[in-house]
Amino acid sequence: MSKNIINFIATIILAILLSIFLPWWSVMTAALTTALFVPLKKAAVFFVPFLAILLFWIVYSYLLSSGNDFTLAKRIAILLPLGGDPYVLMLVTGVVGGLAAGIAAVFGKQLSLMVKKP
Amino acid sequence: MKYFKLILSFALTIGIFFALNTKFGSIPPIGKFLNPYSGVWQNETDESISGDISISGLKDKVTVHYDAQLIPHVFAQNDYDLHRAQGYITAKHRLWQMEFQTHAAAGRLSEIIGEGALNHDRQERRRGMGFGAEQAIIKMSEDEQTTALVQAYADGVNSYINELDSNNYPVEYKLLDYKPEAWTPKKTALLLMYMTKMLAGGDEDMEYTNALRLFGKERFDLLFPDFFDITEPIIPKETDWSYIDVPQTPAPFSEAVLDSIAETIDKPDPNYGSNNWAVSGKKSYSGHPILANDPHLGLNLPSIWFVMQLSTPNHNAFGATLPGALGVISGFNQHIAWGETNATRDVIDWYKIEFNEDRTKYKFDNQWKDVSVRVEEIKIKGKLSYKDSVLYTHHGPVIYDKNYKSERERAGYAMKWIGHIGGNNQKTFLDLNKSENYDDYVKALTHYTAPAQNFVFASTEGDIALWVQGKLPNKWEGQGKFLMDGSKSENDWQGFIPQPFNAHTKNPERGFVSSANQQPVDEAYPYFVYNDGYETYRNRVINDFFSSKDTFNIQDFKDLHNNNYNLKASELIPYMLETMDISNLTAEENEIYNLAKTWQYNNDMEEIGPSIWNAWWNILYDMVWDEFDVKNTVLNAPFTYQTIYLLKTKGDDAFMDIIETPEIETAKDLFKLSFSKAVKKLNSWKAENGDLNWVKYKGTFAGHLLQALPAFSRFDIPIGGGKNIVNATSENWGPSWRMIVEMTSPPTALGIYPGGQSGNPGSKYYDNFIDDWAAGKYHSLNFLQNDTATNVIIGTQTLTPSN
Repeated sequence: MSKNIINFIATIILAILLSIFLPWWSVMTAALTTALFVPLKKAAVFFVPFLAILLFWIVYSYLLSSGNDFTLAKRIAILLPLGGDPYVLMLVTGVVGGLAAGIAAVFGKQLSLMVKKP
Repeated sequence: MKYFKLILSFALTIGIFFALNTKFGSIPPIGKFLNPYSGVWQNETDESISGDISISGLKDKVTVHYDAQLIPHVFAQNDYDLHRAQGYITAKHRLWQMEFQTHAAAGRLSEIIGEGALNHDRQERRRGMGFGAEQAIIKMSEDEQTTALVQAYADGVNSYINELDSNNYPVEYKLLDYKPEAWTPKKTALLLMYMTKMLAGGDEDMEYTNALRLFGKERFDLLFPDFFDITEPIIPKETDWSYIDVPQTPAPFSEAVLDSIAETIDKPDPNYGSNNWAVSGKKSYSGHPILANDPHLGLNLPSIWFVMQLSTPNHNAFGATLPGALGVISGFNQHIAWGETNATRDVIDWYKIEFNEDRTKYKFDNQWKDVSVRVEEIKIKGKLSYKDSVLYTHHGPVIYDKNYKSERERAGYAMKWIGHIGGNNQKTFLDLNKSENYDDYVKALTHYTAPAQNFVFASTEGDIALWVQGKLPNKWEGQGKFLMDGSKSENDWQGFIPQPFNAHTKNPERGFVSSANQQPVDEAYPYFVYNDGYETYRNRVINDFFSSKDTFNIQDFKDLHNNNYNLKASELIPYMLETMDISNLTAEENEIYNLAKTWQYNNDMEEIGPSIWNAWWNILYDMVWDEFDVKNTVLNAPFTYQTIYLLKTKGDDAFMDIIETPEIETAKDLFKLSFSKAVKKLNSWKAENGDLNWVKYKGTFAGHLLQALPAFSRFDIPIGGGKNIVNATSENWGPSWRMIVEMTSPPTALGIYPGGQSGNPGSKYYDNFIDDWAAGKYHSLNFLQNDTATNVIIGTQTLTPSN
């Protein structure tokens, strides 16, 4: 398995585990931690955890919302405003989580470079 | 380089965390708000209405059945458990609303919204809302039973709050980024103050004072007569008052203080009102009395009402409750039905206060009395607290002084308000829920202070009645119409009308009772009553209807609730069309003129006539009363009824003239001028919006309590009606609860309101009644006679004592 895939899966699993006792920024902690232990290269440093959390948050919010006919999602998509489209809201949710995770991972990578002897 | 990258990425990480975890203006903290495990996605839930829940403090098991409308039917073994469960269940569905309304009442919105609410909060503090709630708590504590029940309710609410973690806070908490706090009996008192302010928080004293100063007494009396030329009072005219043996307070020689006042605190919407009526068995198709109520309040989401059945082995009540208050407010039990309309009376008076040098004392009967100071600390989200010292006299709070809407160094204006007197209004509702007959109902009412209400009553025994109940000052003739001198004791309220002498009627000859916010009584009533903005149209349509035939059935009641007849327009439009000069009408004007002519005065949805009337009347009204647009002077133009009366009978009065123009206009000229303007307005509206149908032009909406946040509100609700019409649905207020009860044994009832039982915008029960309500439909209220679930029950929750 490539490191990218390992990092991707590890980020999701860690994010799920940490979310049990940490608030929303558990995704940042998760991405930071995986960046330390499963270091990636170049753009993948950011994009792998970004996509991992993007997927995780989109799927999770879809699961929560589809059972309730997207009633609230439609309203929140007016509030924000996203044209009332619940899928756009899910995408935005995913991007928000992904962005936070990705940036935290970049920091994790830099940290890992410091720890490692050159 | 390495270090630079590290520091940069660290800064970015902190930055993104901060950006997503912080509320910016009205934008919620987006990471907190959107994440799927504790953000709004967690509020995408159906209601949980089954299973067992253990609640501390319960003495016994409580069964809660839900029907398909999500109405909880609560069966408890005793009153304490009943109201503990009421608190718990109400919080479960309406927690955010309960807290928000009481925060608004207490002037605490800045705590959750920020500095933007500071003016609101200062105003409510100065109005003495918290002070009034504290007085109510003192009165309530004189009654052990009420105190214990209000505490049980609070404990029930808190049981629910304690069950919550931040994941399942109502969505508004997440949006505004704050937490619910514990419920207290004071919050129940604040909710009752909220209602008192809404329904008895208005007055015209300052406006009248300015008008008297500007126009003189003779003109004032023409514009603002104590009684109009017609009266159709709540208590029938032929009522014999000879049993009243406590006279009206004799009038001292007192003159109004003719100060000029530039600005006042906000008044509640004067259009809030209500209808209620009951027919006797004799006038009922079935021989059983029938009662109806529809309080006209703001159309909000979550709705002001929450419908419940509240039952113990000793009583069984059903109807509309107010989230935050105990018991059913408008409803029925096995024996009686009751409902309210607002009974306005002048229960706010203003006194000019003269202070000593350092404002520690004020003059009273040639002596100096001590001022007491109440420091109001207003907490502001993200800022330092704001402190406002409000001076209190024996009259009440000095609302306007050099620190607030007035410049006078050593004078101020104090408000005397029934809302500050304190009272155990809660007891009235608790007792009504248990009343079995007329005598019980009358006894329950004796505790009721404010806001004064017209309590309609019907019983399975066959009685109908209506009491105008509130604690009402026994005023001397003319007292409190204008600003009074606060340094003379003769201007103080000298006492109250003894409660048994409050106007009432039981089983009147005509076979029905009704009220629609009109004059409570005619001039024969031996106490000083004058026009407090009384309604003059709905009452006549209702009373005409009940005089039109011998018996009435449920369909008649529904028809009357949904009656769109515009009596007001019918009293002016024909006269205007006839007298106005139509020789030079443009083609556009001609078209509208002809449409107005064919209109039958029904404010039905598809009619264009109501839109024409609305545009025309508003422009005409402002044209007539251009004299009332005076800079730095608060004024209220005369009431609609008197305006129409003057237009028709004194068309050449000097008030008809438009002061800006060199010509002298008469009413006839105003009709034409306003008509031309209205046609222009209507056509430009039409160009923008398509057509002029009333439903569109009116645009009824039910707005979320947070400034009608579009995402949580409903717009363009398909319903007719309008102001001064029995179906009083206007842009944003109207029949907030429609109820019809037939006094069979047990009673058979219908009810509906423009909202839904759930306060969660993510619930299908949030606004699911609105369409049926708009269509004039009703839901059968499933009055369960015992705690056995019937086939109307879709879920049962059992609340069990936890030890």
